[in-house]
Amino acid sequence: MSPMNWTLATPEIVLGIAGLLILAAGVIPKKETFFPVSMAVIGAFVLTAVLVIGQGEGTAFLGQYVSDAFSRFAKVLILLGAALGVVLSLDFNEKAGIGRFEYAVLMLFATTGMLVMVSANDLMSLYIGLELLSLSLYVIAAFDRDNPRSAEAGLKYFVLGALASGLLLYGSSLVYGFAGSTNFDRLADALGGGTTSLGLVVGLVFVLAGLCFKISAVPFHMWTPDVYEGAPTPVTAFFATAPKVAAIALLMRVLAGPFGDLAAQWSQVIWVASVGSMLLGAFAAIGQRNIKRLMAYSSIGHIGYALMGVAVASDIGLRGVLVYMAIYMVTSIGTFAVLVAMRRNGRALEEVDDLAGIGRTDPAMAMWMAVFMFSMAGIPPLAGFFGKLYVFLAAVQGGYWVLAAVGIGTSVVATYYYLRIVKVMYFDTGTAPLDARPAGLTVVMGATGIATVLFFLFPAPIIAAAEVAITAIAG
Amino acid sequence: MNAAGFPILSLVTFLPLAGALVIMLVRGEDEVVARNARWTALWASLITLALSLLLWTGFDQTTAEFQFVEQAAWLPEFGVGYHMGVDGISVLFILLSTILTPLCILASWESVTTRVREYMVAFLVLESMMIGMFAALDFVLFYIFFEAVLIPMFLIIGIWGGGRRVYAALKFFLYTLAGSLLMLLAILAVWYEAGTTDIPTLMQTAFSPRMQFWLFLAFFASFAVKVPMWPVHTWLPDAHVEAPTAGSVILAGVLLKMGAYGFLRFSLPLLPQASADFAPLIFALSIIAVIYTSLVALAQEDMKKLIAYSSIAHMGIVTLGIFTFTAQGLSGALFTMLSHGVVSGALFLCVGVLYDRVHSREIARYGGVAKIMPAYALVFMVFTMASVALPGLAGFPGELLVIVGAFKVNPWVALGACMGMILGAAYALYLYRRVIFGKIVREDLKALLDLSPREYATFAPLILLTIWMGVYPSSFLNFFEATVAALVARHEAALGAARLAGM
Repeated sequence: MSPMNWTLATPEIVLGIAGLLILAAGVIPKKETFFPVSMAVIGAFVLTAVLVIGQGEGTAFLGQYVSDAFSRFAKVLILLGAALGVVLSLDFNEKAGIGRFEYAVLMLFATTGMLVMVSANDLMSLYIGLELLSLSLYVIAAFDRDNPRSAEAGLKYFVLGALASGLLLYGSSLVYGFAGSTNFDRLADALGGGTTSLGLVVGLVFVLAGLCFKISAVPFHMWTPDVYEGAPTPVTAFFATAPKVAAIALLMRVLAGPFGDLAAQWSQVIWVASVGSMLLGAFAAIGQRNIKRLMAYSSIGHIGYALMGVAVASDIGLRGVLVYMAIYMVTSIGTFAVLVAMRRNGRALEEVDDLAGIGRTDPAMAMWMAVFMFSMAGIPPLAGFFGKLYVFLAAVQGGYWVLAAVGIGTSVVATYYYLRIVKVMYFDTGTAPLDARPAGLTVVMGATGIATVLFFLFPAPIIAAAEVAITAIAG
Repeated sequence: MNAAGFPILSLVTFLPLAGALVIMLVRGEDEVVARNARWTALWASLITLALSLLLWTGFDQTTAEFQFVEQAAWLPEFGVGYHMGVDGISVLFILLSTILTPLCILASWESVTTRVREYMVAFLVLESMMIGMFAALDFVLFYIFFEAVLIPMFLIIGIWGGGRRVYAALKFFLYTLAGSLLMLLAILAVWYEAGTTDIPTLMQTAFSPRMQFWLFLAFFASFAVKVPMWPVHTWLPDAHVEAPTAGSVILAGVLLKMGAYGFLRFSLPLLPQASADFAPLIFALSIIAVIYTSLVALAQEDMKKLIAYSSIAHMGIVTLGIFTFTAQGLSGALFTMLSHGVVSGALFLCVGVLYDRVHSREIARYGGVAKIMPAYALVFMVFTMASVALPGLAGFPGELLVIVGAFKVNPWVALGACMGMILGAAYALYLYRRVIFGKIVREDLKALLDLSPREYATFAPLILLTIWMGVYPSSFLNFFEATVAALVARHEAALGAARLAGM
């Protein structure tokens, strides 16, 4: 029995306490404190990131919590995504009349939930982290509460999310019933024997279903387009980035750790989810006119590529997933920075055609958007290419030729709709220019854009970090 | 280091990129930015050209080894490195790229008036990627450059192109991407099999016949689209017609060579057995391409489309020459690639000259141009004759060598190549007669001005090269003699070994 050792979880504890303090500080003043609270939240993220980097290794809370290279890698990524997510919301929320301080505080609690998720070493702490994340997300999806679409998005997400949580819990109880423990280490010991009962496999599939809902993999993707479209754009940006990384990281930890010996079973499930996501992400996005819906399908497709690496169930595959998700997150934040900046005469725009002609009227933004689109399409030398390279490599190495072939085919199809956005921006003539965008968005676009363009210069450190992280969970 | 004593290949590759960066940083009035962009682009490409001439002088023609080699660690745990170098096959293509780019910038001096800065940036990035592709000695590095070419070309066609530019740009991009992704899978398979993507190392690696078969098909998918070979050539006429003049020049001059270069660099040395097995298929496709597209060219009403189809026919001769696996065939293919790069590029520039004045590419729109623009008629004639492969001009030595090489393999194949020459003469002369000779039927043509000093400056180096290549081909053939000999020797050795193993 491992000791309490609670100081190991300092980052989460500090972030949680900071959240409570910021919440109190936000309530007290008479006037709206959206901006200072947001700044304080970003500060808390930075502080937590520093603590995460210095975090020791080991387990805490009687084996409920684990800290290792993998959790550090994922946490830094999540905190980065969350901090940029707050930056994206600053100006937009003010203009949309939803500039209330609770928004940033909810993002903070969601982030705390994500950190707990990636450090979960027990099905119980997994569930606690996941629910802390989910409950915060349900609320911010409906944050623009006077807008029926936003309220609908929140409600839809809540109902389907509750169903997924139920599946997850049911699966957990089956696993507990058949293996006798919820702790990952002891599950791994129990399953190492080679005998697997059918009930355990059923339980595993239910757990997988619950997690696939969170990463919106086919066939649990139905909520994604509606929620992405209905939620305010900065919320969509947040949904598409940090929680995806957290959920994929959790999925990897669960599959590679306690259920590592059942790879033959779960690999098939993930295989189906991967192929389905790639196909749906590629074909369903073609007809979309709303750019947020389009990005929803695009994110489903990207999850499909990431799952390709999981399905291969090798260290190289898992490393590819981490690299893929890191690149995907950076590119997505940049893309959403552009979407958040789409505003004409004070009105937020959401149609693909609203981007028409910005190649002429706003060359800098058009250039970054083109960079993000080409990167998402996986055209070298941009970062997205390297993400695909690593997962395809894993598929080829594992002999998963069907996965690789589907990946190739869907890449070409997906490229069509990414190119369509470039086409609209550069080849079509637009009407009026977009409103001037706030400096924060320019900085986010520029930073993520430069990272996307120059990734090829320094891929080695990130790949080395991912490799160390994978050794920690699969080792 | 290397013969030049400094990393010349990296400099030549990335100098245009530095120029592009400078242009992007220029701020101010549109007019000022446009002027600055033009001059910066011209100087950047001229300095690149000057530097690349060091490759010409410093290249050791007596060896088949890679020269000017540069190596640096990049992804060491994968065996992927930054590895640059040239041999007889690639060195002249780098020079071709560096010569054509400044000419393209000159040719776009006045015809491109909108978004000049972006145009020049796109061209310099394009140049950088083309040179990098020919210099890359690592498979992953090669793929990155090979694919990255698509982005600037897509924008050049799509933004500054003609009426159906969007369709043409998308078709161009998706066609090539589909082929290339299959190649990516093949590269990954090679990587997995051999543990490295270093091309010189891979050349020493023998793959099993079964694997060679699949790898060849994957490479073929990519390179055949790029060449383009019949029946996957349909993107080319669209792209050519819609692209701006300079875009067509680069497309015909350099981009089409990338496919054939891929065959020479990868398919032949890495997959000798599969290459030999697939040769009859390539012959068949090449001969169909030569005859079919020549006939199609005869029927064209659009000057650019006609030249585009003639490009497919010429590239058919090139692929035919490559797969003869004879020294003559390979040398001829390489020489034809170079001469076609110069001549078809020049022909597109000739069309551009008329298009800039009349804004029509329709053949029937012209007639009697010789009377108003005699100097232009002469220039156009030189390139038309070179395209027809008139002895003494650039087109002849290459095609002759290919036919000789083909004759060694199979006389019928040689006959197919000869048909190409005959039909080529037919459509080229037919085009020339309809545009240049005859009566002037349209009044507005009478007001046309002959070539301007800028246009003279653009054509002069191309005419010089065309005559030089025709009169004294040895100064080019010598470059690849040693490499081709080594390639043929290795190919025969590999086939011999396979035959022994099969017995």
